[in-house]
Amino acid sequence: MCLGIPGKIVEISDATRKLAMVDISGVKREVNIACIVGDEPLENLIGTWSLIHVGFAMSRIDEKEAALTLDVLRQLGEAQEEIEAMRASAAMLEKTS
Amino acid sequence: MNYADEFRDPVKAKGVLGAIARVVDELGATKEKPIHIMEICGGHTHAIFRYGLDKLTPPGLEFIHGPGCPVCVLPMSRVDECVEIAENPNVIFTTFGDAMRVPGTKKSLMQAKADGADIRMVYSPLDALELARRNPDREVVFFGLGFETTTPSTALSILQADADALTNFTIFCNHITVPPPIKALLDDPHMVLDGFVGPGHVSMVIGIKPYEFIARDYGKPIVVAGFEPLDLLQSVLMVLEQIRDVRAEVENQYSRIVPDDGNPVSIAACEEVYEPRPTFEWRGLGEIDASGLRIRDRYKAFDAEVKFDIGYGRNTVFTAEQEGCACGDVMTGRIKPHACPQFGKGCTPEMPLGALMVSSEGACAAYYQYGGLELESVE
Amino acid sequence: MNQVARQPRRVVADKITLAHGGGGKAMRDLIEDVFTSVFCPPGMEDQARLMDAAITVPGARLAFTTDSFVVSPMEFPGGDIGKIAVCGTVNDLAVGGAMPLWLSAAFIIEEGVDIATLRRIAASMQKAAKEAGVSIVTGDTKVVGKGSGDGVFITTSGVGVIAPDRNLLAQTVQPGDVAIVNGVLGDHGAAILAARGDMALDTEIPSDCQPLNQLMEAVLAAAPDTRVARDATRGGLASALNEIADAAGVGIEIGEELLPLRIEVKGVCEILGLDPLYLANEGTLVVFVPEDQANAALAAMQTCEAGRDAVIIGKATKQHPRTVVMKTVFGGLRIVDMLVGEQLPRIC
Repeated sequence: MCLGIPGKIVEISDATRKLAMVDISGVKREVNIACIVGDEPLENLIGTWSLIHVGFAMSRIDEKEAALTLDVLRQLGEAQEEIEAMRASAAMLEKTS
Repeated sequence: MNYADEFRDPVKAKGVLGAIARVVDELGATKEKPIHIMEICGGHTHAIFRYGLDKLTPPGLEFIHGPGCPVCVLPMSRVDECVEIAENPNVIFTTFGDAMRVPGTKKSLMQAKADGADIRMVYSPLDALELARRNPDREVVFFGLGFETTTPSTALSILQADADALTNFTIFCNHITVPPPIKALLDDPHMVLDGFVGPGHVSMVIGIKPYEFIARDYGKPIVVAGFEPLDLLQSVLMVLEQIRDVRAEVENQYSRIVPDDGNPVSIAACEEVYEPRPTFEWRGLGEIDASGLRIRDRYKAFDAEVKFDIGYGRNTVFTAEQEGCACGDVMTGRIKPHACPQFGKGCTPEMPLGALMVSSEGACAAYYQYGGLELESVE
Repeated sequence: MNQVARQPRRVVADKITLAHGGGGKAMRDLIEDVFTSVFCPPGMEDQARLMDAAITVPGARLAFTTDSFVVSPMEFPGGDIGKIAVCGTVNDLAVGGAMPLWLSAAFIIEEGVDIATLRRIAASMQKAAKEAGVSIVTGDTKVVGKGSGDGVFITTSGVGVIAPDRNLLAQTVQPGDVAIVNGVLGDHGAAILAARGDMALDTEIPSDCQPLNQLMEAVLAAAPDTRVARDATRGGLASALNEIADAAGVGIEIGEELLPLRIEVKGVCEILGLDPLYLANEGTLVVFVPEDQANAALAAMQTCEAGRDAVIIGKATKQHPRTVVMKTVFGGLRIVDMLVGEQLPRIC
């Protein structure tokens, strides 16, 4: 029960029923936004990203957290590159000694 | 940023895989004595195979495929009941595509459709609601299947139907919850598990606190994970680090989407519409206490179990497993799919014996389709 | 001797009735007004009597194929059932190395179908036939009662000629041969899904329906040792590749990041949990060519309108014979199996 995909809200289609048009790679679909509305006016949601599952926007995507996660991943990537560089130079030293 | 591609970046993957390999090494785990990590959610099983992650991680790490596949744990009697409702001439039976091919004792929904029942696949319960509005003289029934990820959407649809005073819309509620089967597995003395990768989308609804018992009472680490390959790999790394550091905590890798306390609107809607059943039948796991949801009395107008006098607890027929079906053992991680004597012989995707071969996220279907075999690249 | 010119026949009704299949005047008027005046077959006998010089070349062979087309909705962005019927049969002949010449078109029409719809379908078929350089030379019409058909079913058979030096055979594919596709994958399958409306997706993906015979001629001229070509219709690219792997006894490896996909098709697949490798195409093929002719074949495709987005996607290998394997964007390997049944949308 897990197929969810990030989508961007592009239009509020029915404020009373809490429905909005969401854009996923150029494909649009009407979704229910009850789970993500707060106290602010619905229009504020336009341009925001949410996780879409079975026609419902279930959770707002926290851009700061996304950036933090990607940062950790990037650092792991850089650490790996360093390790590989060290290995490569150690191997080269062995060959020449 | 589309929040998907960035988490599929193969360059970053190398970094995580390198770190995973180092920790597995530190732990001294080998193919003969691996670390056992269970991915609870079927969607994670699917992602692991689809991206070939099991072949990229070291042999000292073994994935145990958990029971978080709502189609896989659907007993045949539920399918029979769906077919019975659908075969009512006035009913339009709506369901997610996932359920169409699950075998019942006589037929699947797909076969019932071929036999003339009006069964339609929908993407959302909202589409079923719309069908009910457009067809006031037909009874529209929606098959409410799934874990906590999907329970709020069904609940909100019932609340909308109530607000619209619809009289021809009901839900056949078979929603189940994640924590109880995990507890059942942890209580099983035969289960060898070192840590868990937790269901990210269930958690965006219920938060991360419901898993605290896993760390506190059983001393196992659990990391709530997203569904992109980098999410899974990072979560696996976090579990391994906890094991190495002798910690047992609930951690949230999917923090960009999972709030620690879950989603208040979803939780409130579910509380309003559902109550727990005392027990519920799980295929392969038997009856588990407080693991299923039913619709509360005040919303009985939208309860298909009331309208059609059918369902769990009413004239329920407990169907035994098909002869030779080992779904229960595979689902609880006791054996791997290809160890099941029927795998690929008496049980194939064309002629499935059990649900694990039918569901796209069932371990057997994943093995069969994506290949649990040793593969080498040409390069 | 003077012959009094006959008035062209005209259909009076605006919907098909059982009378239109009865063999009498109503049927005669329908056939002439809607079909033969548009297709202009040579002569008005029941059988087409045909000749082409290419048949007489020593060593030439006739190619003969047939296909039935059922699609709902009948009309969709990028085409209609008529266009896919003509292109489907033309492409069937073309991937076998044949020059397509003549098509037959048999219609089974449900009572109640709008005549205007039939006119659009016929016009679309004639347009596709002209574009492909073929003629629709004979046909048939039947009408079935309401509920016994799904709008219109079309069966097209096609005849073409295979030149003496052509021998495209799946068995000839060898390890090292390169796989090339002529364009983006899955457009037709996605277009139909979206057009059906059950999933309420708002997108205008057009079907990729187009004739591929000119493209095939260009490829075969540039890469005369092309082993085989297959159009990736039902079951998608995955099925075509599996058939070839199985027939040739080779393994095939493709690269996920090489596969050309329209971004909206990716979107539809992500939303519904579908795999684009299994979505149907109606204007997309895969060819296998020897490695030293791959660049020539690719360049030849790219000069054609239908091959603008052509790209190399993988190759045949000694490893894992009879199995198609994909290197994921992640570097992992996964098997690309034959489709079982239909691919259904999922939420898990």
